[in-house]
Amino acid sequence: MQRQVALIKQSLFDQGYLDEQFMELEELQDDANPNFVEEVSALYFKDSARLINNIDQALERGTFDFNRLDSYMHQFKGSSTSIGASKVKAECTTFREYCRAGNAEGCLRTFQQLKKEHSTLRKKLEHYFQLARQAGPKETARRPK
Amino acid sequence: MTRDQVGEELPNLAESKLTALVVDDSFVNQTIHQKLLNRLGIKNDVVTNGKEAVDVYCSGGNYDLILMDMDMPIMNGIQATKRLREMGIESKIAGVTTRANEGEKKEFMEAGLNDFQEKPLTISKLLSILHKLNFYVQT
Repeated sequence: MQRQVALIKQSLFDQGYLDEQFMELEELQDDANPNFVEEVSALYFKDSARLINNIDQALERGTFDFNRLDSYMHQFKGSSTSIGASKVKAECTTFREYCRAGNAEGCLRTFQQLKKEHSTLRKKLEHYFQLARQAGPKETARRPK
Repeated sequence: MTRDQVGEELPNLAESKLTALVVDDSFVNQTIHQKLLNRLGIKNDVVTNGKEAVDVYCSGGNYDLILMDMDMPIMNGIQATKRLREMGIESKIAGVTTRANEGEKKEFMEAGLNDFQEKPLTISKLLSILHKLNFYVQT
């Protein structure tokens, strides 16, 4: 079970879903907060769902307020960076570039990709945390090689 | 200061009785920054924008260190830092933000910061802040 957890975590890094920042968070886990990373991740997905909804509504209006969209995406990028959500962060960066260029089609296309990456990461992390809880606290504290 | 330079043993600064105020509108960042401070034994509180930080000081609150985000609603980090310095507040203020181009950094520093770190904040970066502001001396 522990080996399975380690392999899943390794694959999340190898496939670029997570970066070093996720490991920084795991190293903050202690006896007082053994599920700290899972709690922060839950906060992230709750907060990012709100931002996705805001952006969806803004895009559906059809009038592209690039400043407002950029502001939402700045927040999204910030929290994605903080938990090490590497692919999501990259899509946020691309979206912001399209905002600055005033490229509505680029924004729409990138946002669809961002939602896919976000959803994929959510499912993978839910699976990882479920297994990690079953395996026990030891395995989550080590850096992947 | 890298994690390797710090070593695996983290300092416990509880005896120094340092206090810190986290100023950030993101719940994710608030949680992480508080955890980092707790890990080092630094008592801390959190507010969600610059105005709340100013209000805390107006009500008589005081902290050794403020971790100040830049982009916040109502009052951003630059405005809050300027306001605190105008009030004569001498707490050390470290700007912590994802905005890292030189112009934005310069504007934030000129508002009255003592130090600046790019997000995401880590133990190493926090120790670097504490070391630079003479709150922590590596032995």
